[in-house]
Amino acid sequence: MITREYLILAPEGMHARPATAMVKLAKQFQVTVLLKKGEKKAKLNSLLSILSLGIKGGEGVALEFEGTGEAAAAEAFDTFFANNLKDW
Amino acid sequence: MTGIGVSSGIAIGRAYWLRQRTARISGILLADAAAVQSETGKYQRAVAAAIAGLEKLMAMEKEEEAAILEVQVQLLQDPAWEEEVYRRIGELRIPARDAVLLAMEHFVEVFEKMEDDYLRARAADVKDMGWRLFQRLAGLPVGRQLPAGEGWIVVAEDLTPSDTLGLDAGRVEGFVTQTGGKTSHAAIVARLRGIPAVTGVGEGLAAIADGDELVLDGESGVVLVNPSAAVIGEYRQKREDFLRRRQQLRALKDREAVTTDGVRVHLQANIASAEDMEQALAFGAEGVGLLRTELLFMHRDRLPTEEEQFIFYKNVLLRSGGHPVTIRTLDIGGDKPLPYLDLPKEENPFLGYRAIRICLDQKELFLTQLRAILRAALFGPCRIMFPMIGSVEELLAAKAAVAEARRMLTAGGIAFAAEVPVGVMIEIPSAALTADLLAKEADFFSIGTNDLCQYTLAVDRMNEKIAALYDPFHPAVLKLIKMVIEEGQRAGIPVGMCGELAGDVTATQLLYRMGLREFSMVAPAIPEVKNVIIRL
Repeated sequence: MITREYLILAPEGMHARPATAMVKLAKQFQVTVLLKKGEKKAKLNSLLSILSLGIKGGEGVALEFEGTGEAAAAEAFDTFFANNLKDW
Repeated sequence: MTGIGVSSGIAIGRAYWLRQRTARISGILLADAAAVQSETGKYQRAVAAAIAGLEKLMAMEKEEEAAILEVQVQLLQDPAWEEEVYRRIGELRIPARDAVLLAMEHFVEVFEKMEDDYLRARAADVKDMGWRLFQRLAGLPVGRQLPAGEGWIVVAEDLTPSDTLGLDAGRVEGFVTQTGGKTSHAAIVARLRGIPAVTGVGEGLAAIADGDELVLDGESGVVLVNPSAAVIGEYRQKREDFLRRRQQLRALKDREAVTTDGVRVHLQANIASAEDMEQALAFGAEGVGLLRTELLFMHRDRLPTEEEQFIFYKNVLLRSGGHPVTIRTLDIGGDKPLPYLDLPKEENPFLGYRAIRICLDQKELFLTQLRAILRAALFGPCRIMFPMIGSVEELLAAKAAVAEARRMLTAGGIAFAAEVPVGVMIEIPSAALTADLLAKEADFFSIGTNDLCQYTLAVDRMNEKIAALYDPFHPAVLKLIKMVIEEGQRAGIPVGMCGELAGDVTATQLLYRMGLREFSMVAPAIPEVKNVIIRL
């Protein structure tokens, strides 16, 4: 399992549009991705569950990758967070 | 009636009510497992058809509109949603159309209960998806139609993103809704398309009838029903002015402020809150030359905590789009008393106990603000600016306070930005006259012309009787400005200006010739000043 932490820099927090992009990205890998905010967690295959976490701008989240190809998936999300959730 | 203006512009047209659709549960119970199987199949085909429909629509839309539709595509495949639907079909033994309605109600309720405005607005996205499926399952016509003709203002209790995207944009002048806010996808679509929209008008909206003549102002949120011809004429003029201004803004917004001989000038905004930032960027501001922090201290009964201040600064920096923000430390005095600070009333508040003088005297207050700024600086580039500095000693004392705030954070193991430039707001003649000395200790200068002018000329800028004497073009003031710019250049530190003169187009050329390259002003002045710069 690989864990990565990211800071959400978009002032509005985890928007529907970037969250949608994350779901799509996760689908490209045979990896279970878990999104965690504090104690709460959501599977990255469900937009509704991600939005329900109510992630706000400036908050930190953790992603857990589990499965074959988890390293590649983590890398893809590094790239995603480097380019997204900055200022939507 | 008045609501929230969510997409600016003036719309004039006839009302057309897009009534909320109502649907009843059929109440049918499925007879057997075969029926459950058949309904599950129906549901899957409806999802596939809905996705195909959306993808066709997306192919015709621009990228940003398509992104909104993509949210719908993902929602349609959401496992949490599917589970709710399948569970209802299988366990409750109800048809797919009923299961969709019930699942929709469930999620709409979940989102509507949320505290966050943004998430509450997501209920509309779920409704949109639910209806999309229900229409197919119940055999209703898909999509919504406007009556023939042009010039419609769509009136609705609430609008889904597909309503806004699906209606023929060329024939819609505006949107007005009873509920909703700035972050609904319908509002975003209206902004993308440049269609004026007002949301959150409330129950009063019911007074509008189909065919009523409507005027709406997407900035102020005003909605007028059947106004007089004179008022309509007035708004037609407003509409033209708005369109012309927007045209000008668009042409200039992303254009760099570069003179004809290729010198780059930076135009920034003076703001007081995170909310101002959006407007500043819309006017093409390259960051903030003056963030006033007084708002944070006013209209309350005690000092803001470090945490409250941290959140305020952080929110501004998060919204700055990576542009630098200059934060001015508390600039308050006897003229703007704070009840909880117990500042004595003074004979001469502008020459009295104020701004940095209070901060250097009440160390805890100052250190709290500095710690909050240093912590927030992790979220975007920023600079700290001290107001009312009159001598090098004061600057050194203020810098020592910054160092102390850093030490406190380090000792507490709290993350903060290590490199935050500190500078001086030059607004007292003694500071301007000793700019050479201050430049050795400051990372930047910013000239505050309002106070510099009043202190140099001994003219109270609030006193109407002597208003004519308040003249920022007085040679004495201009000499001081020139001196500050030159001393800054000599020392190799940036010099900006954040007083009113910076936004005065009649001063732009003069200031530029003096060597000023950073101008900070009220946001709407930015395109006008830029218009002068690009012709120099």
